[in-house]
Parts: sequence; structure tokens; C-alpha cells
Amino acid sequence: MDKKIALVLENGVIFEGFSFGYEAPVAGEIVFNTAMVGYPESLTDPSYAGQILTVTYPLVGNYGVPEDTIVNGLSGFYESEKIQVSGLIISEYSYQYSHWNACKSLGEWLKEHKVPGVYGVDTRELTKLIREKGSLKGKIVFDSPDEIDFYDPSEENLVAKVSCKEVLYYGTGSKTVVLVDCGVKHNIIRCLLQYDVRIIRVPWDYDFNTLPYDGLFISNGPGDPEHCAITVRNIRKAMETGKPICGICMGNQLLAKAGGASTYKLKYGHRSHNQPVKVKSATGLFEDGKNGEIREAGERCFITSQNHGYAVDIKTLGEEWEELFVNMNDGTNEGIRHRTKPFFSAQFHPEAASGPTDTKFLFDKFIKLI
Amino acid sequence: MQHPSIFNKLIPNVVSQSSIKKVLLLGSGALKIGEAGEFDYSGSQALKALKEEGIITVLINPNIATVQTSEGVADKIYFLPVTPFFVEKVIEKERPDGILLSFGGQTALNCGVDLYRSGVFEKYHVKVLGTPVQSIIDTEDRELFVRKLDEIDVKTIKSIAVESIDAANSAAESLGFPVIVRAAYALGGLGSGFCNDGDELKALAEKAFNYSGQLLIEKSLKGWKEIEYEVVRDQYDNCITVCNMENFDPLGIHTGESIVVAPSQTLTNQEYHKLRELAIRIIRHIGIVGECNVQYAFDTVSEDYRVIEVNARLSRSSALASKATGYPLAFVAAKLGLGYGLNELKNSVTKSTTAFFEPALDYIVCKIPRWDLGKFHGVSHEIGSSMKSVGEVMAIGRSFEEVIQKGLRMISQGMHGFVANKELEVPDVDKALSEPTDKRIFVISQALAQGYTIERIHELTKIDLWFLQKLQNIHLCAGKIEQYQSIESLPENLLREAKQKGFSDYQIAKLLFKDTNKASEEKLNLRKRRKSLNILPVVKQIDTLAAEYPAQTNYLYLTYNGTANDVHYLGDKRSIIVLGSGAYRIGSSVEFDWCSVNALNTIRERGWRGVMINYNPETVSTDYDMCDRLYFDELTHERVMDIVELENPHGLILSTGGQIPNNLALSLDKEGVPILGTTAASIDNAEDRHKFSSMLDRLGIDQPRWKELSSLEDIDSFVDEVGFPVLVRPSYVLSGAAMNVCSNAAELEQFLKLATNVSQKHPVVVSEFIENAKEIEVDAVAKKGDVITYAISEHIEFAGVHSGDATIQFPPQKLYVETVRRIKRITRAIAESLQITGPFNIQFLAKDNDIKVIECNLRASRSFPFVSKVLKFNFIEIATRVMLGEEVEKPSKSEFDLDYVGIKASQFSFSRLQKADPVLGVDMASTGEVGCIGDDYYEAVLKSMLSVGMRIPKKNILISSGTVRSKLDLLDASRLLHEKGYIIYATSGSHKFLSENNIPSILVYQPSEDLKPNALELIRDKQVDLVVNIPKNLTPGELTNGYRIRRAAIDFNVPLFTNSRLASAFVHAFCIMDLKNVPIKSWDEYK
Repeated sequence: MDKKIALVLENGVIFEGFSFGYEAPVAGEIVFNTAMVGYPESLTDPSYAGQILTVTYPLVGNYGVPEDTIVNGLSGFYESEKIQVSGLIISEYSYQYSHWNACKSLGEWLKEHKVPGVYGVDTRELTKLIREKGSLKGKIVFDSPDEIDFYDPSEENLVAKVSCKEVLYYGTGSKTVVLVDCGVKHNIIRCLLQYDVRIIRVPWDYDFNTLPYDGLFISNGPGDPEHCAITVRNIRKAMETGKPICGICMGNQLLAKAGGASTYKLKYGHRSHNQPVKVKSATGLFEDGKNGEIREAGERCFITSQNHGYAVDIKTLGEEWEELFVNMNDGTNEGIRHRTKPFFSAQFHPEAASGPTDTKFLFDKFIKLI
Repeated sequence: MQHPSIFNKLIPNVVSQSSIKKVLLLGSGALKIGEAGEFDYSGSQALKALKEEGIITVLINPNIATVQTSEGVADKIYFLPVTPFFVEKVIEKERPDGILLSFGGQTALNCGVDLYRSGVFEKYHVKVLGTPVQSIIDTEDRELFVRKLDEIDVKTIKSIAVESIDAANSAAESLGFPVIVRAAYALGGLGSGFCNDGDELKALAEKAFNYSGQLLIEKSLKGWKEIEYEVVRDQYDNCITVCNMENFDPLGIHTGESIVVAPSQTLTNQEYHKLRELAIRIIRHIGIVGECNVQYAFDTVSEDYRVIEVNARLSRSSALASKATGYPLAFVAAKLGLGYGLNELKNSVTKSTTAFFEPALDYIVCKIPRWDLGKFHGVSHEIGSSMKSVGEVMAIGRSFEEVIQKGLRMISQGMHGFVANKELEVPDVDKALSEPTDKRIFVISQALAQGYTIERIHELTKIDLWFLQKLQNIHLCAGKIEQYQSIESLPENLLREAKQKGFSDYQIAKLLFKDTNKASEEKLNLRKRRKSLNILPVVKQIDTLAAEYPAQTNYLYLTYNGTANDVHYLGDKRSIIVLGSGAYRIGSSVEFDWCSVNALNTIRERGWRGVMINYNPETVSTDYDMCDRLYFDELTHERVMDIVELENPHGLILSTGGQIPNNLALSLDKEGVPILGTTAASIDNAEDRHKFSSMLDRLGIDQPRWKELSSLEDIDSFVDEVGFPVLVRPSYVLSGAAMNVCSNAAELEQFLKLATNVSQKHPVVVSEFIENAKEIEVDAVAKKGDVITYAISEHIEFAGVHSGDATIQFPPQKLYVETVRRIKRITRAIAESLQITGPFNIQFLAKDNDIKVIECNLRASRSFPFVSKVLKFNFIEIATRVMLGEEVEKPSKSEFDLDYVGIKASQFSFSRLQKADPVLGVDMASTGEVGCIGDDYYEAVLKSMLSVGMRIPKKNILISSGTVRSKLDLLDASRLLHEKGYIIYATSGSHKFLSENNIPSILVYQPSEDLKPNALELIRDKQVDLVVNIPKNLTPGELTNGYRIRRAAIDFNVPLFTNSRLASAFVHAFCIMDLKNVPIKSWDEYK
């Protein structure tokens, strides 16, 4: 029998479960994701730094975990070099797994990375609590509820924690893309490398304006964009050059900030594979319609993968900008573009991994611009 | 810039194609293997979607027992065959603006393609809504399909035709071993086989070239995973995949024969989304507007795949996906056909978010097929690439162990889950694992018990290890429970674990006490103990988005893998629970769904909350729009009690869902559950043969003599008394059918030896069998023993054909007034004596005016929708009102005032059941039925026979007319055929008889005779277009000439009649009526 442990929430609710990961208490913000596949990708997504993840799909661990190889800081299967979540909460754990490319179980992997895991929790009930309370702090404890204090990750600059510490280079293509690493998912790098580019991956606070480049790419990342004032300043400077800029997730928020907008914390963060977004902008970037992607604005919709708790307040966006995508469920902003300059960004994840690949064409759009 | 406000623009009021004012929808006709209740559900949803738009709807569907053919579902309903001839006639009359082809299965699709090709749509300016016909053709024609997918670099399963061994070798090299070799143009798979390498290929190819000059080399995908996606596209090219599903059984077993789970369980993110992306690429390229299903073969050791097929229509899988996710695919597809974009429609569960989204599940569902192969003589139990199952169940839960065990109980074939069942006799476990039958899942259980490793089972079955690991968990848990001998000693943790793994209380009790009787006694004590430990199931909602947003959903299931209920109970006793009918099977299908839905409708109309419990994904009753609460869960005593304790209802209705709910009456009553309508004691008095019989004796009502006997000597002496033939019903069946008619001592002896095992413990019931008697049925509703309304109907066939297979005429056309009077009198007496409140059905035998009662069911019967619709008086509505305790007036309407006739005819699926003898007997074999209305008897007979797939012969008819009696039955018909210019071919006896009666015929020889013209040859060469073959005696012999003729007729798709009275009725119908003159009248035109 596995060790009986508990998940303690800041509102006093306690869920009992069993340990299947590393045995040490942990605290963080509890978030849920409704994706039905992709736990290796989710767990290594740096945007989850500081968070304890609960997966609403009840059966987890089914296909084990693949053996990873990391070459020049680029992982073969994962989204970063390590597990980024602070803890994992699930309903039903598959001790045994079955997949041709698996080399270990989810539990073994969690132990390796010193991340606790709890199974046997009514994750639907937990999700309903998180949904109603908005953000919810919690902790996984082993012996007593007081063995660790609650922790609020929004107070910390998590981007600084997960960003690379030095400049890294990838590819040998003819165009140069500077990638600002706010906690970049490796699939963004993989997607870019499919084109004729060379990537310079720089830390979040690096002044890339000193570098020669053809296009700027701002990555996803964890937490509150307020912490990234340095990055916003650098982007603002880059905008003056008029060179193409693209952003994803945190990148959307930072570009919007550079464009004068403010951001706010969502009541219900978007963490799933089934977020519907539709094209809002009727002009510019998507007018060509050549790839059959956009025909009539407003009627063109995509299913997207998302993972964010903050959003751009579109009312605060400057005159020269417009909203590019909008969320069809709650009407929140899903992307912006500049009316005249080649700057655009998406709040969702066109690189997927994990999630649907409907919007991968955005990389084409970026590459065409540079 | 404005802040987006998308919610107020979700539903435009007008259809973008506002020219569409009237739409024709084609139904799928009678239920058959491969085309069942799912199309009643899809069609009903589509009609609802059209109605919402104010569009006038016209429906053609002869399946009178369906919900979609109920009053108010469509504006005009035609009970006519779904064939190009009749559909064109209806189009000519109704002049619809648009037509929907994808909601009535393959039947509607094929009919639509025919009409398109013959220019009928163009001629009458009918627009095909949704997917264009060319897209349908592109998916149906194998060559076009492969070419089409080649255009977008999507891999399909291809075969390469070769004419030499060298070419075979290079073909295999290019495809990659293993390969399948098929000899082209060779029947029955002669010369085909698997090859793992070049040597095997050489050996096999050499042999195969003996059969055929051409071989087809195909990559073998045996053992690959089978994965399906349900994809939706609107005319603006927006696409979503609503659900994916994974087959438990690997490739090689038809998906309709497979256990299936949703969502997929063994695919990684990369794999899941690779196939999703392909599915969207395919649907866009083919140009579907609406819904389609993409089936893949997926490698188990790489990300290689092949597309198996694309169904450009609603399908069984789409119905399953709708129920699995709560996303109403058919409803949405119909709206998309009208020109809506997905973003303009709303999510019908949340009612606030958009329909352009992909459901996130926070549970797992498991579909298990239901077979009834035991009902057929001579059919093989092996399952494979063709479908044989007649129904399915869907279990919902939060672990695989939970859903598979729930599902195995739901198929209700005496199994209690994966373990703790009656032991199967499996002589060769290895073989039974590698050559799958309908029992394979239980063979796996047995193999685990015998110590097989899951690796070994995987080797033999190719079932993914993940599924086997989970099955092993169940097995191991059972082993832990077995170590205890009493309820008290069973540790709390283990009990909880067992419940989380889907064990029923009975299973646990059986494992503790190792005895079935003791388990039945103790299961309620276990329940008490469980409740005292607070080990209870929780109720969870299906909300399409895994609790991400709040949703008002009434779609529920129960699970032990959770700690909190999603639902708050009012406890106001204003809800009424209706128990549904479970899996469709032979003898219980869509008709009980109609009854359940009508009971729910009435309950809600009369101001109560209607609650449904059912688990059949093919039904309308499990559409969460049909009730105030839907529990998609088991119909076992344990689960019904769980729900009753939560709901605290005013009462339960058991009498509209067929036999499964009826069987729960006594045990629920014992627990004090309020059962509405006839009391459980009365139900028992009718169901218990002895009690019922002595009641009839008391009332002075006659019945065929019968006795329950437990030794061969007793049987012999009883037969001496009543004489042959006798009907024999064993209480324990070894193999084959459960019931049989024996005409002589030899047959009796053979049946008793082969099929059963007579003993004190397993007695048989032997009844006198009355030949050439009419069979009459009464469907009725009574209140406190007083008959409120009744419908008397008459079988065309004589007694001996199961009432579910018989052709029924209503109102009766050939009954004596005195017979009717006596039947009414007996009906009243029985209703009075049993104090019936609610629906009931009695079956009678009548010979001259001598009436005997065969059986009485205190519940709605199979024919309730038929008589209700023909009479235009809803028997279930009045029965429900009676059960609610309302005062009702007796209707003034009588069947004897009707100016038209209804005929209910049975649909058989013998073509799907290789080797089965297509003969009718005392055990039911039909899979569905139709009901047609005509101004006279022959018109109704003709329409109904054409509706079940019979065709009017053009020229030649083959007759082997059986016994003297049936020869006489067919004499008039034969004369009529001759007069109409038909040429009759007859086997020797029939030829002689016809000659004696001055009817010319051509003598043909029996299959066993090596002489020409031979009956088999005539059928094979399609020289005859109708076969009448009446079996000589009532025991089916597999190797007789008759069997071979009948089977050939089925295999070569020649209409076949095996009952002389029905054959005679059909012959008269098409000889007297000209098809051209058959009136095309909708239901409401019969007044």
C-alpha cells in the first residue's frame, strides 16, 4: 500500500490520496488542466513553474515516459530540461504502462526529479473548487498539515528562474531569429528550426538589441508579466527598428505591454487543449488567404492549446494595434497585431506539444515576414 | 476597438439558406445487424434541429417502433420502404426543397446515391444538404478513395496486383513484411494467407497461382491498434474532432465487434494529435459538411498508420461518441447542413459556450458489443471482420477496471463482471485466445486464473498490454478478496478498492463465500456493511469540459472513484424513475425505447420530473434532452437502489422497458421501493409458470397442457398423454437454442441429449404443441383490474413461429367474431384477477373458436408502438397516466372502426450470420421490424415485405413447399403465379403436387442430387428471383437439402420465404396489386 498523504488547500479543504512520486512536502498554486493526453509535455512546460498541477483526465501514466536526450539544451521529447511543476495530483495512476518508446513509469520519473505526486484524489471536485475560488494555494503534505507553509508564486519572478542563463545557438539557416527565453517550450525551437533559420536563444533580461537579427520571437513563460519590465523595455526598443516580432503566450502579454496595454489575472485560467479562438482582425496579416487558412474573418475558428493565468486587457491597447484573435468561450484576448508594422502575437500555443496543431501555420506567417 | 461580445451572436434567427422550407429525411428502416437503433437517435436529433428552424420535415421510415416516427417528431411521416422507387414517389408528392441522406445509415446513403445518379434530385430541384453526394461517392468507392487520399499524402491500405512470383516478391518488399496474399477472383478465401518473409511468400504464392492468375499483395496490419476519430466540418472549413476512440481488440476485429474505449488510452500526445491532424486534413479534402468518422490502423511500435475507411455519414461510432462526450453530433451535423457555421451554434450542455470546441472528458467510457449468436442454428461464434453483434452497451466510470466490469454486467448475459462468473468450459485456452469468439474477454479471465502471464496473453491476442494490466488488477483484487470468508473480516480498504475497481456487491459476496446461492443471500448484508462504512458511489456530471466552467447538465453517472456528488437532491418526491431496456438484443430493442421515451414524455407533461436509467448508447431514451435527469448506468438491483436512495422518488416505472426492469420487480419491492402500476406480487404471479397456470385453472381458462419434468421416463409418459409434437424448454442449456419443437421420439431424444441435461436440478418444461392454430395477441392497459383499452392483433403465420418473428396484422382480418368475444372475456378476467394497473400483453392460440392462453406479460410488449401508431391512440401515454394514479376515460375509438390495415413484419439479418439456417422457429431470430399501413390487407403486406428487403420477382420462382399442409397453403398462390406468367421451378415433391393440380412447373433437383437443373445452380446463377422453401419438419437440420437451398438464397441475395402462409400472402399481394398503383400516403392521411 502506498503512503497515504494529503493535499491541503488554503481554504481549509483537505483531500486525501496516496503518494506515487517523490516523498517530500511541497507548496504552490494549484491549477488544473483538462487535456486528456500529454503529461510528459505538460509537466516539463516551464510555464507551470511554481504550480501544483491537477489533471482532470482521471487515468494518468498509461503510456509511461520516454527516455530523454538533451543536446545543446534542446530536449528530444520534453518541453524543457526537467519537470517544472512543483507537484502532480491525479485520480487514477497506472503503475504499469505500455508504450514502445517508454522507458520508465511516471512515478519513477517524478521521483527522479524530486517532484511529489498524489493519486486517489477526486480531481473533478478539486477542479470545481479551483474554478470557484479562482486561484487557490495548496500544499502536498506527508505527515502533518503544518510541515510546510503556503506559497504564492505570483509574488516571485518565475521567468528569471526558468529562463536560460546564457546565450544558446541553434541551426545554421540564412535568417537569424532572436528568441527571448521567458521559459521557452522546446517545441517552439523545434518548430522554428523547420525553417531556414538560425536561432539565438537569449535570457529573458538580455539586451538583444545589440545583436544583428532578422526577426524577434518572444516565448511563453510562467507567472505574472509584471515581473518582466526589462523585457518589455527591450521589446519597445526593438519595435523602433520595424523588424518582425512574434510572441506566444507570455510573449503576447509582453508585446501588448510594449504596445502600451496592461494585463490582469483571469478568474478561470485557460489550461486545456480545447480552447476555441476565432480570428478577430479582418485586415492585414491574414488577408492573403492563400493557404486556405483564413477565408472570412469571424467565421474562421481554431482549437488551441493554452496554459496561462494572465490576459491582455484589450481596452488598454494602443490605437495603432488591433485584436487578432479572441477566445470564443469567455471573450478574452487571444492575440494582437500592429495595424501597420509586422508585429503579432498569440496568447495560445501554435507550437502545441501538448495539444492540437491547428495554428502551426502562424510560424509560416512569421517566417514569411522576415 | 470594441470588447468582443460573442455570446449574443451565437444563434442567428434565420437559416442562411432560407430557401429551404421543407426537408425530407431518410430513415434506415428496420433494425438489422450493422444498422440499428443509433439511426433512430441520429434521425430524431436531426429532425429536432430542423424543427427548431421552423422547417417542415418529411420522414420516410417504415420502422414503426422508432421514436422518430412518433407523432410530432416530423411533420409528415411515411411508413414506406427506403428505396429509390418509393423515395422518388414521395419527392414527387411532397416537393421538398432539401434532403438529408446521412442520418439513415447505409440504407439512406445508398438510396440517396442511386437517386442522385438517376437525376431525381435534379429533376425535382431537391438540394442535398450537408455533405455533397460526390464526397459520399469518393468515400464509398475504394479506388476513388485511395486516389483521393493519395492526393494529400495520406496513407491507405493498398493492395498490389501481381502475376508472377518475382512480382509478388518485389511487391512484398516495397510494402514491407508481413503481407497478406489473396488470390484474385477466388471465392471463400482460397489460396489466401499471411507471409512473414520471402520464403513463406514463395511457398504460398506458388500454391495460390493454382487458383488464380492474379494475386493481390497487401501489407498485413494484423495486431495494429484500431483508432477512430469523429470529425466535424462546417462550410467555412472550420473543423473539430469531437472524440477519439481506441479499440481494445486489435485490427482484424470489426469495430462493431470490438470492445471500444473513449478517449484513447495508449496514445501519446504526439500520436493523438498526429491522427487528429490527419483526420482534419481528410475531412477538408473530401469536402464533408457535417460529420464523418475516420478509422485508422496504428502501428504498435512506431507512429506509422493507415486509414482504413471514412464514413461520410452519421454512424454507430458517432452515436457512441455523442453519448460518450455529451456532444450531439447528429443535431450539429443537421444544423451545419443548413449552412450554419460551428461557431454560430451553442454547446447544448453548457448552453452558453460555443459548439466550436472539442469535449474534454474527465471519465472513461467503454463500449461492449452484445451478441446473440446462441439464437441461431449453425452460426460460428468466431468474431472477425464482419459484424455479428446485435446491440451494445456503454459504461461510464473513472477507471478502466470500473468501466469494463460495469459493461460486462450491462450486456446482461448472466455475467457479473470480469471475474466471479460461472466458469466457462474452454477446452483449449490458447486457441480461444488467439481465435477470438464472442466470449474472449471471459477467456482472458480464465487464462489469468490459470496462471497465464499478461505477456503470454498479449502474444496470443495482440491486445495492448495496458488493457491486460488493468484486467490483471481486477484478477489480483479478486484473489485478495478470496482470502477472506466473511463480510466482517473483509478489510475496509480492500472493500473500497474492490468497489473502485467495479466489483458488484454480488461479485464480492461470491468471492467471499465461493457459492452462488450464498452470494445472492449475502449481497444485501454486504451492502449494509458497505453503507455503514460510508463506501458509497458518487454521482458525477458529464459536462463536455471537465468542470472547467460551470454547466447545468442532467447527464449523470455513478462512480466509486470520487468523493463528492455533483448533484444536489431536493428530496421533494416529485421525480419518477423510468427503467430503460438495456442493450438491444434479439427480442428487445427499439420498441422498448419508444415505450420508455413515451413514459418519460407523459410523466413530464403531467407535472412530474422524469428520471431515466439506461445504458444503451443507441437509444433516444439516453438522450439527456428527453428527461430531467439521465443516469447512464446499470440496471441492476444494486445500482437502481443506489439511485433510488439518492433520488428518493415518488415511484418507479418498470413496465415500459421490457424484461430487464420487470425482472427487478420482486427484489425492489422487497426493499420497499414504490413501484408504480401492477404490484410486484402480481408480476410474479404472471411470470411464475406454476402460479400463473393454477390461476388460469381457477378462472376456467384453457391453456396448452404442460409439465415440468426432471427425468426422461416422466417426459415419455407425458408425451404419451399429449402426443407429438411437443415444445421442450430446458431450464439449463448446454448449447444451441433454448427451446425446440420435437415432432417425434427420435427428435425428442436427440434434442434432450444434445442440448440439455435433464436432472432434478435442471428440469425441462414440456408443452403440448398445437399445430395449425392461429396466434392472437392482446396489447392492453388496465387500471386496478379494469381494462381501459386493448388492441387485438393476429399473426399471419400459424403458431410455432415466435411472436417476435411473426408477421402481425392489426386490426385482425380473419378472426371469427366469437373468437374476438372470447378473447376479450379472457383478457378481462386475467386483468381483474391480477389487478393489473398499467400495460400488459397476452398471447393466445385459437383453433376454430377454441382459445388457449400461452403467456401473459404485465408490461408493455414489443407491439405497443405498432398498435398505438396504427390505432393513433398512445397506449403508453394512457398506461403511464394510469400508473401515476390519474383517472382516465376509456377511449371511444375501436380498432374495429379502422378503414385501413397495419402489418408488422420482421427483419432478419441472416446475410450477416454466415452458415446460420434462415428458418423460423419457436426461438426468435429477427433483429428488427417494420410496420406499414395500407388501405387494404394486400397493400399493407406488399409495403411491409418490400420494407424488409423483399423484392417483387420478375420472372422465375423456385418452390419447395414442404409438408402437405404447406403445399395446400401455397396452392392458390402457385396458381396465381402461373396465371401471371411466372415460371415456377419446383423440387420433386412440389413438382408432383403442382402437376396433380394442373399447375405447370419445371422440375429441379435437390442440391444433393448431381442432376440438372439443380436448385443451387439456379440460385447461384441468379436465374430465380424468389425462393420459397418451407422446411419439412420443425427441427432444423443443418446439412439437409432445404438448408442448402435456404442458405444459398441468403448468400446470393435472393428473397427467401420459409413460411407458407406468409409466402402465400406476399404472392397474392404482388399478383393482385401493381406496384405503380400503390398509394403514397403519409401516416396522417389514414383517418
